[in-house]
Amino acid sequence: METLLMLTDSPWLSALIWIVLLMTALYFGRSSAQRAIMSLARLVRGLLRLAARGIGNTRDALAARNREVLLAQGREAKERLVSREFERITATVDRDLARWPETQRLLSETIQRIDEDHQNATDVPPEVPGWSRAVDAVARVSAKADPTVRHVLEAIHGSLAKAEARSLAAYRQASKKRHQLLSRMRPAWQTIQSTLRRADRAISSILERSRSIDRHMEEYEEIVRGSDHAVQALSTSALVQFGIATLVMLIAVGGAVINFTLIARPMSEMVGGTSYVGSFQTADIAALVIILVEMSMGLFLMESLRITRLFPVISALPERTRLTMVWVSLGLLTTLAGVEAGLAYLREVLLQDELATASALRGMDASLLDADTMWITTAAQMGMGFVLPFALTFVAIPLESFIQTFRHVVGLLVMGLLNLVLISLRLLGNAVWQSGQVLLHVYDLMIFAPLWLEGVFRRRRERAALRRQARTEASAEGPGEGPEQTSESATVTFRYGENPA
Amino acid sequence: MKTGSMALLVRPLATAILIIGVAGCGEPIKHNVGVYMLLDTSGTYTDEIGKAQQIINYTLSRLNPGDSFAIARIDTASFSEKDIVAKVTFDDRPSAANGQKRQFQEAVNDFVSSVEPAGYTDISGGLLQALEYLNEKDPGRKTIFIFSDLKEDLQAGYVRDFPMTFTDVDVVAMNVTKLRSDNVDPREYLDRLTDWQNRVEHAGGHWRVINDLDRLESLLPG
Repeated sequence: METLLMLTDSPWLSALIWIVLLMTALYFGRSSAQRAIMSLARLVRGLLRLAARGIGNTRDALAARNREVLLAQGREAKERLVSREFERITATVDRDLARWPETQRLLSETIQRIDEDHQNATDVPPEVPGWSRAVDAVARVSAKADPTVRHVLEAIHGSLAKAEARSLAAYRQASKKRHQLLSRMRPAWQTIQSTLRRADRAISSILERSRSIDRHMEEYEEIVRGSDHAVQALSTSALVQFGIATLVMLIAVGGAVINFTLIARPMSEMVGGTSYVGSFQTADIAALVIILVEMSMGLFLMESLRITRLFPVISALPERTRLTMVWVSLGLLTTLAGVEAGLAYLREVLLQDELATASALRGMDASLLDADTMWITTAAQMGMGFVLPFALTFVAIPLESFIQTFRHVVGLLVMGLLNLVLISLRLLGNAVWQSGQVLLHVYDLMIFAPLWLEGVFRRRRERAALRRQARTEASAEGPGEGPEQTSESATVTFRYGENPA
Repeated sequence: MKTGSMALLVRPLATAILIIGVAGCGEPIKHNVGVYMLLDTSGTYTDEIGKAQQIINYTLSRLNPGDSFAIARIDTASFSEKDIVAKVTFDDRPSAANGQKRQFQEAVNDFVSSVEPAGYTDISGGLLQALEYLNEKDPGRKTIFIFSDLKEDLQAGYVRDFPMTFTDVDVVAMNVTKLRSDNVDPREYLDRLTDWQNRVEHAGGHWRVINDLDRLESLLPG
């Protein structure tokens, strides 16, 4: 190869010859090469732009779909909220206002009774007879010395005194009755007061619910209109929900891992420690299955209680079937929790046995192990084994939020990725185009010598052409001062031709 | 609607069953370990038997349900079941396995307290017996511990110079003490180790020497 490249004995001369030949070849192929470079750059840029446009369309479609889903989810959530509010109003009405006619009758009766009592209480008591003056007059009679008169007068006086005493007693009786009537009115007033307070509370609750419904309905209408503000609010809410749900689920995973640790070891006592499924111990799989079954039961319990709505078929069940499902899932969950507590106890027993064996193998006395405090760890493990399955039940709530918001978050991530690809493709397209331009200049730089020569020859040709033109114009104008003037103008033109910039 | 929901429930369940089924239907992988330990009881090496107890206890603590463990003595004619001091295959249940470990330790203690020095050292016979035991148990991982100075001393008439098969067997020589003659010419010690290594490795086995008994972590896989 080297011998082929060595055209002469001198490597420098050979290199120079090759450079000249290469430059000449490149110079003659310049226009074709430039066209090829620009065509290629244009083609690549076009393809990249096409790809970018395709990705942009996909992104727009995804954004539209995301928006639709978000609005649909928001609409559904609002419908649920409004429905829940109506349920509450119904409950309030059923509880407090359904018996309103009865309450109204009670109020009327109570008021009527109060009225009657009031009427009775206002009756005038019997007056004391107006004999007092007569008695006084009799008492002041001067002929008291006469025994007959005195006897008569004393009889009259005694009768009058008795009559007065009777009248006073009657008066007191009437007053007492009036007071009794008045005191009987008190509980009636209290009844009215409490009835009115209850009614007020119910009406306030309804008013509050109605305000809440109004607010939800406004938001619902905005969602139905599909306004940007609603979409933005729903998107933010979905992201927040997703973050919180993920956090809670991570905590739940921690709980599940602890639960697994509690029951995996004793499981080997039940299913054997040498059995494997693939590369996993059957005991581990069994422990995992128990935890998963517990979580499923918790999920069904939450669904049956209508706290979550992951399975529409469960919430749509008849009321009786749904309640049966609540009890069945709760029963199974409690049974499994009991099994876990038992396994946790067995774990502690096994641990103690292993510790005793290890101590014996190390030559230590196994009885030295502290047995007094063992019950604490045993009780703690059993407690955890029983409580954790119920605690894991509540995972259903964040799981629902997670599933509902997952699609939107993934959609946003994919959109972000598509945006990134789109920008990259556009940048790449422009970079290819600019690279083509740069390549043209580099090409020209490689053949700078022939180009320089071409420039020199071209300028010379132009100067000659200008001179010829000047001469032609001078001969056309005729003899005189013309030629000198023409020559000057030609010189000026020549200067301009030399420095076109 | 109902069919769709059922499909939602049934599909992941079926997938999980399929995955577990496929995982379980392949070639069963053996996870158990088989350990055979040869104890040299010849001459003055009997004094080292206390150290062997330490290794036995450590090995017992590392073995799991389903594993097999046997201890045999190296004496004049070691290719015999009579030389097996104790052997056990641990029960599936960890609690039962713990009980077996304690019984095994008692058997070893009895042996240690009553061991008598042997006249000759038939290491090859012991290895043959170990291979026979391990091949019969067929565990997932086979290990032979040789607690000896590796100086074979056969009684006249005993034939042991034939090839053995150590395919996929880990042979670990432990506490290989130096003899008085080794101190005079250390090449004897090195040649002895090299001879055994060649014998094991040429027969498809893996050879290791552990003389530092304070570092037994690498003795058995975790």
